[in-house]
Amino acid sequence: MSIKILFENIDVDGIDSFEVYRKLGGYNSVEKALKNMSPEDIVEEVKKSGLRGRGGAGFPTGMKWSFIDKAPGKSHYLIYNADESEPGTFKDRHLMQYNPHLLIEGLILSCYAIRSNTSYIYIRGELMYVMRILEKAIEEAYANGFLGKNILGTDFSLDIYCHPGAAAYICGEETGLIESLEGKRGNPRLKPPFPALNGLFGFPTIINNVETLATVPWIINNGGEQYAKIGIGKSTGTKLISACGHINKPGVYEIELGLSVEEFIYSDEYCGGIKNGKKLKAVVAGGSSVPILPAELILKTAKGEPRLLSYESLSEGGFETGTMLGSGGFIVMDEDTSIVKNLLTFTRFYRHESCGQCSPCREGTAWMEKILNRIVEGKGNEKDIDLLMDIANNIEGNTICPLGDAAAWPVQSAIKHFRDEFLIKPEIV
Amino acid sequence: MVKVTIDNIDVEVEEGTTILNAARKIGGKIVPPAMCYYSKLAGSGGKCRTCLVKVTQGSDKDPRPMPKLVASCSTPVQNGMIVQNITSPEVLETRKAIVEFLLLNHPLDCPVCDQAGECDLQDLSYNHGSSLTRTEEPRRTFEMIDVGSKIKLHMNRCILCYRCVYTADQITDKRVHGVLERGDRCEIGTYIKNVIDNDFSGNIIDVCPVGALTDMTFRFKSRVWFTNPYDAHRACPKCSGKVVIWLSGNKILRVTGRKDEYGEVEEFICNECRFDKKEMSDWIVEKPRKIKRNSVISQNHYELINKYGSHG
Repeated sequence: MSIKILFENIDVDGIDSFEVYRKLGGYNSVEKALKNMSPEDIVEEVKKSGLRGRGGAGFPTGMKWSFIDKAPGKSHYLIYNADESEPGTFKDRHLMQYNPHLLIEGLILSCYAIRSNTSYIYIRGELMYVMRILEKAIEEAYANGFLGKNILGTDFSLDIYCHPGAAAYICGEETGLIESLEGKRGNPRLKPPFPALNGLFGFPTIINNVETLATVPWIINNGGEQYAKIGIGKSTGTKLISACGHINKPGVYEIELGLSVEEFIYSDEYCGGIKNGKKLKAVVAGGSSVPILPAELILKTAKGEPRLLSYESLSEGGFETGTMLGSGGFIVMDEDTSIVKNLLTFTRFYRHESCGQCSPCREGTAWMEKILNRIVEGKGNEKDIDLLMDIANNIEGNTICPLGDAAAWPVQSAIKHFRDEFLIKPEIV
Repeated sequence: MVKVTIDNIDVEVEEGTTILNAARKIGGKIVPPAMCYYSKLAGSGGKCRTCLVKVTQGSDKDPRPMPKLVASCSTPVQNGMIVQNITSPEVLETRKAIVEFLLLNHPLDCPVCDQAGECDLQDLSYNHGSSLTRTEEPRRTFEMIDVGSKIKLHMNRCILCYRCVYTADQITDKRVHGVLERGDRCEIGTYIKNVIDNDFSGNIIDVCPVGALTDMTFRFKSRVWFTNPYDAHRACPKCSGKVVIWLSGNKILRVTGRKDEYGEVEEFICNECRFDKKEMSDWIVEKPRKIKRNSVISQNHYELINKYGSHG
């Protein structure tokens, strides 16, 4: 049985209530931190733990925190990015829905670490019922003195607000989120300046993923060094993987980073193999935006080593033969899946979610969808495939925010690995 | 002051200057084209991506190149920065791609568009685009909208530069104008067809780089290159009164702000000057206006006519 950090108590009855959560040692880390540790100590522990952002980019969390301008007397904010909307990713929802107090505990510690007195949970609009759960948990935390003025009698005060988005993928992008939170149209901002210098309402702001901050209480309770022992190399700790597609046991799993992909797909502890005994065809390993890999490349790297679920191993070989851990949305496709039809679904999503601010993404995503539509109808030809690749290359790297890249990568990789499939013959009725 | 090198030309500019403005200080061919940036409108820029350039050296302190092409209109220079614009094939290739994106849904109806001849998109596509099109998809279309009685919004031609949105936001007091929807369904609009009712609303025509917003008092009156521009002024209680009047014979066909070589107005003018003062007696004419841009109009057709007659 592997180690569980985030899911340790998730199956306990009533864990979403303050009493049960507290009885099982919840909020102990807050007591420990506020009474015996300085904010710098917490940043130091998190740095030692090697914890990396779980939202997709994998940026070291401790480092991110140390960028913020912590000058006293100046407001700064911490935003909880709960706008989880990448197709294939549903790990944060699970955590928020079943163990809301863990998030609040993580949030208190993190706010203390960067000396922020106000924090916003920006939650995806579709998850209104989860927001109600969080709001109830926040209320309980206020009632028990873990939120509000002078927490546990110290001079640290913290207020948390929940803010629902209006269902836009783009508002999961840091600066799009900030614009939306300010009440504006969720168009991502130009960077620099980065939010750590000029974020929400013009003040320094840190934005972290739900899963990232939910890990912090364990790190404070057990020490950063202990956390760094879990995992493999620079990919320390555990990660939530939301597995879906043609597998026997879809769901959210907490894995120790470094678990082999083969074990994850085929062992009964995790996905339990491919449905109906079929063969594995391809996997999108980190949410819809990361490059798709065919079975032979997802199970073994191009060098022939077993592929592991870690930041480094999954990106082994670059985008030529590798992919990314991303947000942990693990989409498995069996031998009967049409890669092109699947790609059309992804591309339609990106077209729909593009904010329309910068030209390559606005025009390019729509153009790609139109071409793919033609290809799926059997009206495509070789030239269309080249054109599609060309458009994706022209979008990649030329946009304001990473949505352009996210739309381009699936197209590039699908053409690279499954080019033959794009020449669909018109169906004879 | 910081020193920056653009296409092998050194220039000294004040700290905080953007690459684009540093390039404009040098002037000439090395200035990146800009479709959305407008120096008089705060917050504009970064959207059209035509001004992307390559930074091969970040600064003296940190000489690493920047990993991606950057928008020159919104990237501040650093001391010792080395930038490539027209000397980088990668930049020119990318610019070609951006032009393709911008024209993807553009109707290419220049023959019937009032903006033709002084259109930034026309210039851009002649200078940086390809003469072949690779798309066979249907173009997106919208209904035309009258924004009040003087301004026509022809959304099909719009490239979503957001300039008019910033103008409406910053120089008119009652904001009823913005971007609706998202992605390729974006449209400039005045939700529930509100009229933009403001003394300075006409400036959204001047800032529009394409023919999406046109002056209904001038619509279809003449091609711009058949009209003669003159600097003129009047004592206006609302604005500076400094305008360009566009003449055909002795008739004033339209009035606009005075645009510089980058298509930016020197001063915003009021609607009264723009739409209502169409008599020669309204204006004190100063001198012929030299249009320094690279489109049809700047071939100085009218000067040639004066010199060689109408068949010159």
